[in-house]
Amino acid sequence: MGITLEVNGRTIEAVKGETILTALNRNGMQVPTICNIKNLSPSGACRMCVVEVEGRENLIPACSFPIEESLVIKTHSPRVLRARKTNVELLLANHPDDCLYCERNGSCELQSLSEDLNIRERRIPGKKSPHKIDRSSPAIIRDPSKCILCGRCIRVCEEIMSTSTLDFAYRGNELQIATTLAKPLNFSNCTACGQCLIACPTGALIEHVQFPELETHIHAPGKIVVAQYSPAVAVSVAEKLGYKPGTDLSGIINAVLRRYGFDYVFETAFGADVMILEQARIYSEKRSGLQEYPLITSSCPAWVQFVEQSYPELIPHLSPLKSPQQLMGSLIREWFPRLYELEGKEIVSVVISSCTAAKSEARRVEMSRSGIPVIDLVLTTRELARLIRLSGLDLEQLEPDKPDAPFHSNGSVGLLTGVAGGEAEAVVRTIYQRKTGNELAPAKLHRFRIHKSFREMMVKAGNREIRVGSVSGLANAVELLKEIKRGKRKLDLLEVMACPDGCVNGGGQPLSMDEKIIRTRSRAIYDIDNGSTLHAAHLNPAIERLYNEFLGDPGGEMSKEILYRTYTKREVLL
Amino acid sequence: MNTETAQIDEILQRFPQIKRNALIPLLQAVQDEFGYISEEAIARIGAHLSLPTSKVFGLATFYNQFSFSRRGVYHITLCNGSSCHLARSGELLGEITKVLEISDGETTRDGLFSLEVQSCIGACGQSPVMAVNGSYYSGINVKEVREIIKQYREDASR
Amino acid sequence: MLPDKEFLLRLAQSAPSELSTDEKEMVTLLNRERLICPLVMVNSSISGIVAGAKETWEAIEQYVADRAIEIDLCESGSIGLSSEEPVISVQLPERTRLFFARVTAEKVSSLLDDLFHQVIPDQLLIGQLRREGQEPWSDIPYLDEIPFFGLQNRIVMEVCGIIDPFSFGEYVARGGYKAFLTTIRSYTLSEVCDLVRDSGLRGRAGGGFPTSKKWKVAFDTPSDQKYLICNAEESDPGAFMDRTLMEGNPYQLLEGISIAAYAIGSNRAYIYIRSEYKDSIRRITNAIKELRVMGLLGDNILDSGYNLQISLRKGPGAFVCGEETALIASLEGRRGIPSSKPPYPSTSGYLGRPTVVNNVETLSNLPGIISKGPEWFKSIGLEDCTGTKIFSISGQVRMSGLVEVPMGTTFDTIVNDITGGANKGRKLKALHVGGPLGCTVPLELMKIPVSYATLKSEGLVMGSGGILVMDDKSCIVDTVRYFMNYVNKQSCGKCIPCREGTRRMAEILESITRKPVDEEGHTTLERFKEVMQLENLAEVMKDTSLCGLGQNAPNPVMSSLKYFRSEYEEHIFDRRCPSNICTELRSWYIDVEMCTGCSICAKRCPAEAIIGTARHPYFIVQEKCIGCGICFEVCKFTAVYYK
Ligand SMILES: Cc1cc2nc3c(=O)[nH]c(=O)nc-3n(C[C@H](O)[C@H](O)[C@H](O)COP(=O)(O)O)c2cc1C
Ligand code: SF4
Ligand code: SF4
Ligand code: SF4
Ligand code: SF4
Ligand code: SF4
Ligand code: SF4
Ligand code: SF4
Ligand code: SF4
Ligand code: FES
Ligand code: FES
Ligand code: FES
Repeated sequence: MGITLEVNGRTIEAVKGETILTALNRNGMQVPTICNIKNLSPSGACRMCVVEVEGRENLIPACSFPIEESLVIKTHSPRVLRARKTNVELLLANHPDDCLYCERNGSCELQSLSEDLNIRERRIPGKKSPHKIDRSSPAIIRDPSKCILCGRCIRVCEEIMSTSTLDFAYRGNELQIATTLAKPLNFSNCTACGQCLIACPTGALIEHVQFPELETHIHAPGKIVVAQYSPAVAVSVAEKLGYKPGTDLSGIINAVLRRYGFDYVFETAFGADVMILEQARIYSEKRSGLQEYPLITSSCPAWVQFVEQSYPELIPHLSPLKSPQQLMGSLIREWFPRLYELEGKEIVSVVISSCTAAKSEARRVEMSRSGIPVIDLVLTTRELARLIRLSGLDLEQLEPDKPDAPFHSNGSVGLLTGVAGGEAEAVVRTIYQRKTGNELAPAKLHRFRIHKSFREMMVKAGNREIRVGSVSGLANAVELLKEIKRGKRKLDLLEVMACPDGCVNGGGQPLSMDEKIIRTRSRAIYDIDNGSTLHAAHLNPAIERLYNEFLGDPGGEMSKEILYRTYTKREVLL
Repeated sequence: MNTETAQIDEILQRFPQIKRNALIPLLQAVQDEFGYISEEAIARIGAHLSLPTSKVFGLATFYNQFSFSRRGVYHITLCNGSSCHLARSGELLGEITKVLEISDGETTRDGLFSLEVQSCIGACGQSPVMAVNGSYYSGINVKEVREIIKQYREDASR
Repeated sequence: MLPDKEFLLRLAQSAPSELSTDEKEMVTLLNRERLICPLVMVNSSISGIVAGAKETWEAIEQYVADRAIEIDLCESGSIGLSSEEPVISVQLPERTRLFFARVTAEKVSSLLDDLFHQVIPDQLLIGQLRREGQEPWSDIPYLDEIPFFGLQNRIVMEVCGIIDPFSFGEYVARGGYKAFLTTIRSYTLSEVCDLVRDSGLRGRAGGGFPTSKKWKVAFDTPSDQKYLICNAEESDPGAFMDRTLMEGNPYQLLEGISIAAYAIGSNRAYIYIRSEYKDSIRRITNAIKELRVMGLLGDNILDSGYNLQISLRKGPGAFVCGEETALIASLEGRRGIPSSKPPYPSTSGYLGRPTVVNNVETLSNLPGIISKGPEWFKSIGLEDCTGTKIFSISGQVRMSGLVEVPMGTTFDTIVNDITGGANKGRKLKALHVGGPLGCTVPLELMKIPVSYATLKSEGLVMGSGGILVMDDKSCIVDTVRYFMNYVNKQSCGKCIPCREGTRRMAEILESITRKPVDEEGHTTLERFKEVMQLENLAEVMKDTSLCGLGQNAPNPVMSSLKYFRSEYEEHIFDRRCPSNICTELRSWYIDVEMCTGCSICAKRCPAEAIIGTARHPYFIVQEKCIGCGICFEVCKFTAVYYK
């Protein structure tokens, strides 16, 4: 059902019912947008995408106008440009001139819009709305003075994360983004997933930056500063450093961190290996008979918090294991000083992660040892990129380095946890080996790598079938849980990652809502795994050492003490 | 169960259908009953309708009818419709704000007076119009407003 | 001897000739042609209550109780003279009905004393109601002989203020519900649509969109459920026609809703009514209940096979919820935020189903159109704009109230001839037509015939029909600033041009009506630049706002800039408000003769703008003065004055 549109004198084909914006984009034409998010329902709020349509009195928003008939369109006429420019100027009239001090300086959509539209003076003066910055959350800072009320955060938090922490409140010039009763974020049901922050076009939502704090530690005499970085970081920091998306920079990261002043550099993937091993054991022990709910993973802190708030009835089904970074954190506190004879020294334990929720997680009491957090600082991928640029090193000339033993994944399986489905895949490999004595051929798992929010597979391990599922995006998880509850689906093991596609798309990652880029990151991890020879956690030699020298038996007293955690029902306004 | 909880429950029972379009009538019932919408009410309404509380709060703050703080013993409504504006209701507002130190939507600290500015009460022929707990005063000036407030204050202290 | 249900239903379905003599007797009692005891009606709608109608009512009750007289005391709606409240009407058996104005409680007993002695006190009198079969009072004008009523053509408001809005019997006895019953018995859905098309009826809410066209789209869109919504939000400050219709004649509206619902093939209708309209809600609720009892609402209405439910929903208060998509969002339990059109409600509205939203006045026109025919309706008004329009007149005018005139009547007739023009000693200056989204109309346009098309060609809008009359003591800039502030508060905030644009416009107007010396120290030039900015903003807001609110928000500014530019310039360049309304523009002076040099003012001046030595006249340094007026208030010797 083709319809022809005449756009700026050129004829293009459109499909009946699609929006003008879709038709333009497919034909290589762009109009600026603010409120529009691909794949989510159009809201038509910002009016930035307006175009001139012949025969219409007013300008038409391209993002929300369904094409029903042939149209003659101008996308960049003087009238359109003036309208866009005036509207951006109107936004700026209520916006602080803070670019130089702003976290989003250089990656801000408002900034680039005003540049593109050649705004060079403040033509519209005016009073600005008074606002307080909300710094209550250890992970997310909200600065309403920079908010342009596009509603993207609301829609992501509602439609993708199903937490609906935020909504519009009040109206007119008092319109604002608010949690229930306008409470600080920390008192809300925010899981700190950081997806809103990725969606935010401005600096109104940013992570709680801990980079300056790191600088105070790094050169302090006597302190041992230890870094661990997560798998998703290694394949995505490249984007911020001018490399091709998907480039694995772990070698470079090791080298830079060391030069920068870290005393030891580890990979969180080691913690992931330990977690996978324990997970497989817990599974085999606990899952003898059929149960209503599967054993559910607990490596994603946003997911864990979500369960504690919204689905406390699932707590008994959550795996009792800590997240990989916390697990590593405990080992760094308890085992690492013994290994390196650093007992009694002050150790500063730093996590570099794709995850903003890890910042919140690190502050939780369950994660502390005798009241002291095991992790001192959590930096995001974006903060790492800044650190690398600040280090003044020419990355091209840098020799890739190796992480310090023994917190090193050696193989590839720990890395897999960076992508949705990865943890489940890794656990299954170990379960299979434990049950059959043979290694599972990685090819068997290819169905688990299709790009879908929910993936399912059945693995025959000896005489038993294991049904494994993986779901990412909290909203998808909620749907799946409903299905499980209604008995429509039976699973033995379920991996849940809060962020769509998992940590590669975490709230601490380089800002992008482009699916293609996210997929490139996932593919990079798969490529590493495909090229690796050590395909399972139980094959990592360092793990054996850990159990022999420190933990004793898997699942033993010491393991539980160090690797397990507890959960508590959290009362918040949902 | 305390009485407020019981009263909220009673109201919820009047809306057994779990549909979003029951939200406004529900909030109206709560507002009518208590004169404001408490945190507990928000939480329970959200749970009853399976709606995130942020949506309940977001909706309620959109409309004039709902408030989140208790009303005063004397609730003043002042018309600031176009006719009343021409009849200088702005000056009356200034006077009330000055005398009671509250602005639209606020309650005095002693809980005695609260103020709500409305847009056209529907009696433009008698502008400017003010009401205290439903008793109307029309065609009044600044001095009379001061007197009226004084009168209520005296009533209260008696 | 209450008439029973069967009788009323038969009455609604029969021609007068089909009734027996006894039944005809009953009808004359019901429609109050004949009375058994004296009838007293008190307008109990808000305009009456504010003026003291409640006390008047109690006084009447007391009066009859004291004297043990039997009267029929009833509530009524307003006859539309809201500046003359409390209005009551008294009808003695066999005589015509008399209307009285400003009957406050203390006047009740002397008025009734006189009346029961057949004496008519003329200070309070409005006039008598012409009615066949009743003996007129001599030397008393008929209502239709008074310009206020005589120059109107009341077809929708015909019996508002005259009938008992709580009595279904009276409505039926005056011919009510015949139209609806004829409709469902004799017309197919599309025939009703055609009738309304032939009548030329346009939506009365402001847009003037042909009513039948909207119906047709909804009718043609296949769906398992369709909805009719009566828009009774009436959110314009200064507009009160819809409320008067609901309070004066609720059954007419419900009959209209029923007809419209039938025409679009809907059996579910909602009335979305402002929650502040307590009196309208009371009447409509009662009427719906009555109609259910009568079997005129519900399943299989009078065995016609047609089902209809009408429910009332209280709008929780937001101007923008008058806009149809916002109204629908609100009904669905969401923030009242407009959505982009297309899709239009008529194809995808309430719960995604085809929905027609019509205004109260539009719907109230339907029973008349059906029972008297489209030709009759077309004979009223203009060829391309048929029927009447109700205007609510308020502000600085002799009589404020409701005026129903044929389309094509001039503002001059409406304001000068019908409502008496400006108050004594004042001169008209301008009209503001259409509320916050409306336009300032200068006197030179008073002579144009009012219709959707003529106003549009002048760049004006009709809006819902509120006319704010401004005399020479009003300030155009101040009024426009007021409206802009209002709109800014009422914008839903969704789209940038409206949310931010109205705010900046309001700020600019605010700065014009203020002394230029404030914290930001705006110079005249800057303020002038800002005014220039208004035009750019206005065009972009019109061009890009999502809904009618943002698109029309610049109307007051642009129209007043066009017709009253000099007044703006005076404010900006001379820093003077010619009507002395913008108090913050005032300049304060100390009269040398009167000043005793007590120095109080100097001590209290927040700007340290007053200088002098004790016991000598003080002096205000104009450059420092911020115009607060404190010196004026504190001076015990009235030495401070302003210009
Ligand atoms: C900001 C705004 C406010 C409105 N307010 C009202 C209102 O109070 N009452 C009303 O009937 N229509 C109002 N309307 C018009 C409605 O959107 C709608 O067009 C109308 O109800 C249709 O009725 P009609 O076809 O009978 O005229 C408003 C429109 C806008 C843009
Ligand atoms: S949010 Fe963007 S425009 Fe605003 S201060 Fe930050 S970088 Fe500048
Ligand atoms: S962009 Fe301009 S204002 Fe900003 S730092 Fe550079 S020179 Fe200064
Ligand atoms: S961090 Fe996640 S849960 Fe919290 S507000 Fe943002 S999107 Fe919602
Ligand atoms: S916080 Fe960011 S994403 Fe949310 S509305 Fe404001 S600008 Fe948009
Ligand atoms: S999916 Fe990964 S990045 Fe996202 S919240 Fe969970 S652990 Fe953090
Ligand atoms: S024009 Fe104004 S009222 Fe309409 S959608 Fe935009 S912000 Fe809301
Ligand atoms: S208060 Fe009055 S009398 Fe006293 S100094 Fe001032 S102007 Fe003069
Ligand atoms: S008006 Fe106010 S600022 Fe001006 S002189 Fe008087 S007291 Fe001082
Ligand atoms: S992108 Fe189209 S209106 Fe915002
Ligand atoms: S403007 Fe005040 S009653 Fe209408
Ligand atoms: S024009 Fe402002 S008060 Fe006169």
